[in-house]
Amino acid sequence: MSAPPLLQVDGLRMHFFTKAGVVKAVDDVSFTVDRGEILGLVGESGSGKSMTGYSILGLVDAPGRIVDGRIVFDGTDLTRLDAAAWRRIRGNRIAMIFQDPMMTLNPVLRIDTQIVEAVLAHADVSRESALARAREALVRVGIASPDERLRAYPHQFSGGMRQRVAIAIALVNGPDLIIADEPTTALDVTIQGQILFEMQKVCRESGTALIWITHDLSVIAGLADEVCVMYAGRFVESGRVADVLERPLHPYSRGLIDSVPSRNERGRPLHQIPGMTPSLLSLGPGCPFRERCSEATPRCAESPAITEPAPGRRLRCFHPVP
Amino acid sequence: MSAAGPSPVPLLELRGISKQFSSRLDIAARIAARLGAGAGPQTVHALDGVDLSVGAGEVVGLVGESGCGKSTLGRIVARILEPSRGERRWKDRPYSDYESPASRAERLAVQMVFQDPFASLNPRMRIVDVIGEAPVVHGLVPARERDRYVAEVMERVGLDASLAKRFPHQFSGGQRSRIGIARALAVNPRFLVCDEAVAALDVSIQAQVLNLFIRLREEFGLTYLFISHDLGVVRHLSDRVVIMYLGRIVESADSQEVFARPNHPYTQALLAEIPRLEATKRAYIPIKGEIPSPLAPPGGCHFHPRCPHAMPRCQAEAPRLREIAPGHLSACHLNDTP
Repeated sequence: MSAPPLLQVDGLRMHFFTKAGVVKAVDDVSFTVDRGEILGLVGESGSGKSMTGYSILGLVDAPGRIVDGRIVFDGTDLTRLDAAAWRRIRGNRIAMIFQDPMMTLNPVLRIDTQIVEAVLAHADVSRESALARAREALVRVGIASPDERLRAYPHQFSGGMRQRVAIAIALVNGPDLIIADEPTTALDVTIQGQILFEMQKVCRESGTALIWITHDLSVIAGLADEVCVMYAGRFVESGRVADVLERPLHPYSRGLIDSVPSRNERGRPLHQIPGMTPSLLSLGPGCPFRERCSEATPRCAESPAITEPAPGRRLRCFHPVP
Repeated sequence: MSAAGPSPVPLLELRGISKQFSSRLDIAARIAARLGAGAGPQTVHALDGVDLSVGAGEVVGLVGESGCGKSTLGRIVARILEPSRGERRWKDRPYSDYESPASRAERLAVQMVFQDPFASLNPRMRIVDVIGEAPVVHGLVPARERDRYVAEVMERVGLDASLAKRFPHQFSGGQRSRIGIARALAVNPRFLVCDEAVAALDVSIQAQVLNLFIRLREEFGLTYLFISHDLGVVRHLSDRVVIMYLGRIVESADSQEVFARPNHPYTQALLAEIPRLEATKRAYIPIKGEIPSPLAPPGGCHFHPRCPHAMPRCQAEAPRLREIAPGHLSACHLNDTP
């Protein structure tokens, strides 16, 4: 762990400036990802997990803006890049996989056209060798008969196969980091199992780092090395997956883990977190979870600082779960 | 041969239900067909000879991947669709016996809760109308008492009755789910078909809505057909689990039995794929292939192209669903080979 991390997100704040007010979609989030490491970024809808991913890739449009913080990728602060520098990084050194593969794929172009385009945008190679790389990428994500599939259009693929093609496009330039935004949420369990299997294999073989954004803790449990939990745009806690799942320190992570049906006695009422996620528009200072938290005290009206309660564990809470 | 329920006379019984959907040919395809060139209409075999019985007060979980026919089955139970073949029985009499106005209460006894809490509510109707329309139309509640009645139903599902005049877009996903449940409850049903009723919800909200289902069952003695792709949810809620694959039931047993001793290779594969919360990094060992198109299902056992144990017999002959242990049904040729 002596080498500097591949990616260091430090105090990231990304706000939307809307007519109704400032929406603090990401508000002071920090984490690091090492080379070859898989980080699970977990949170419910509106927790800012996807916006954190978009911020890393510079995909935030007006009225959204990164207002504070640094995103250091391999020694470069991404928040200061110009458009030309971004073109050299996006799709080349950092790639993204979206929940809906049709966000990546153009419905009127054949698969070979789309993958070759991604290769030629970044490498000065012949069309033939670009096509060979495209073919190899399809093989790596477990697509049978790649030559035939290269000549097909996206609508000729099933949902699971489309997602594999999107992953192949992300992989084709050998990126250092892939950001995956819920890529298996819309898929059936058996297909999800296949995709998780391919991603795990690819990352292990090529040493690609992966940020896997999801609301599903149980996917992270089998896949990731580290986990970072977010709530209402704020960092909640992070640590090794095994440690966080076994001994969550933040009352929110504990509530989330306890509400999973398999952690409960069959047929009995589930542990539930009362209330619902607050609106990000009206969110004042202090811990955003305090309204739903059983441990909350008047002190929680102030924002807790991030502490390191154990080696490798980081936490933002005054009242950690004992 | 039907799945054994806990009570001698099941509340609901399906016998040999099949459902086909045929696409209507457009004019060009009709001319082509007349000239002998094009293919005939395409037919999807959504359900193929499904037998199912549900006892009063029982919770049956119906599990399968997309395209397996589980939603079609739910809609047939709820009278939204008519089966192509087969018989539906309610309290040991065919559905057709309940067509008279006098049997209205029995007809209303099966209600449906839909998956998408956004698409299943009319965005232009206030909640008081969404919930109150059906009971007034069916004469359960006089129109002048509607608002009081709606308030009562809303409180039953944990909604603040003062929000009745609002529109669906003013509610969160979890609240909309509760509105969908309240709409179903408003006509005093005994049987709820819940089609992926918690699939669209966040984990913490999902737990709240599942708890509501558990509480309503205890309070009103409801029976559920709980359709879901999420085995964790089904395991938690169901007394009995029914697994479907490509329009057929492949396994049916007591919930604990299915999870302890899955018999059918497809069930075993599904159970292996459930992501677990155990924090051990595991190697995913996926089952091969994808669910085949229901337009052209494979012959014999539908699962044989993906099955690690497939034998020549599996391609030729569809296995019958038969009892392999008391109350445990499975459709697999492996059970015949000693």
